[in-house]
Amino acid sequence: MIWGSVSEFLDMGGYGLYVWGSYLVTLICIAGEIILVSKRKRTLLEHLSLIHQSNKQEKTNETAS
Amino acid sequence: MKPRHKKLAIIASGVTALGIASILVLNAFQSNLVFFFSPTQVANNEAPMGKSFRIGGLVEEGSIKRQTDGLTVNFVVTDTAKVIPVQYTGILPDLFKEGKGVVAQGKLTDDGIFRADEVLAKHDENYMPPEAAEALEQADKARQTVLVQ
Amino acid sequence: MAINWFKYSSPASFYFLAGKMVPFFSITAAVLCVAGLYIGFFVAPTDFQQGEAYRIIFIHVPAAWMSMFLYVVMAVWSGIGLAFNTRLSSMVATAIAPTGAMFTFLALWTGALWGKPMWGTWWVWDARLTSELILLFLYIGFMSLQAAIDDPRRADKAGAVIALVGVVNIPIIYFSVKWWNTLHQGASVSLTQSPKMATTMLTGMLIMSLACWMYAIAVTLIRTRVIILERERHTAWVGELQGAAR
Repeated sequence: MIWGSVSEFLDMGGYGLYVWGSYLVTLICIAGEIILVSKRKRTLLEHLSLIHQSNKQEKTNETAS
Repeated sequence: MKPRHKKLAIIASGVTALGIASILVLNAFQSNLVFFFSPTQVANNEAPMGKSFRIGGLVEEGSIKRQTDGLTVNFVVTDTAKVIPVQYTGILPDLFKEGKGVVAQGKLTDDGIFRADEVLAKHDENYMPPEAAEALEQADKARQTVLVQ
Repeated sequence: MAINWFKYSSPASFYFLAGKMVPFFSITAAVLCVAGLYIGFFVAPTDFQQGEAYRIIFIHVPAAWMSMFLYVVMAVWSGIGLAFNTRLSSMVATAIAPTGAMFTFLALWTGALWGKPMWGTWWVWDARLTSELILLFLYIGFMSLQAAIDDPRRADKAGAVIALVGVVNIPIIYFSVKWWNTLHQGASVSLTQSPKMATTMLTGMLIMSLACWMYAIAVTLIRTRVIILERERHTAWVGELQGAAR
């Protein structure tokens, strides 16, 4: 093991702020991208199912009248 | 000529034209893209004298001298052909070391000393553990002693 | 056995194929990321000149590689879409852009955080850094142009022009450290020379690059599927999809 303790690991030889600042922002970006794309998909699917339902409604109305 | 082929030809010629244009623009820019001048270039008067510019090279071994104020430092930048003495007051980057790369921005004064207001360290592309670096250095020294003998 | 590749060039079939591939690439990306970070932080030794600060390399270099590679892939798909009028290839190009822009931003961000302690500055206008910044602008230009045009077919064409012209920038980024004096150092890993890195460091970096690859493929596939649904929402097969989901 190259690290004596957890604090030594977090300190990164005095460069902790720079090293963890890099990885933290990377994590935020990737998490953000995944959240954004799944949100986009969810709203689209909800929108599509609404359209589908209203289409079905129209069809049943047509046959009823 | 089919419409699709015609369109392809237009796209191809457009991209080629833009490519050539960009190359020409970049070629013109190249003179401005010089990030730093080597001591040899400075000696040949290629650097813009009187204006602020950057010099780059290696910090000569044994040339770093700190003034008594503890902040001002004198060192020599070399490209192994020519040298430039540099004076700088301020905080130096962690990687600023003798024998390592350096880029300094400032003005060349009449006394031949480059007064820098910014000093950056330029490191090389080698990554290895300290033990390996030490072994390499030992091997290098051994080879040099053989050559001298 | 002959595979009918043309079958998958239709957005509908690609939608289902991509859906099946996403879990594979996501899981591979996660596994490789854990392995790469483990090697990078617990196996790879300290660097002789940069100490622990060099560990930024395990995300900086993969991000920079991806930023350039994704741009080329995006331009190729854009170009195919422009030349052959294939809808799917343009959709893939549109799906790649945000991920490419993100990796470009990360390359610049991690580079700044690495440059400050090592070089002594967050940013310099040297050829390498400037051309990478231009790459970010190209991605943003591509995305905003496509967003500005309502007709997707016309948006594809306009985007393709930017993408193809911008390809010139990729060799400039890559060779900038050779062609000009830069503060940024030369390549540690290249095709023509043996790597200038200790083996464990190199292994960690390559595994992280592979992880970024898998991630980029996974997220691009997901986004392509969303774009397909958005653009094909009036077609019969999307309607059937909704019917089946009920």
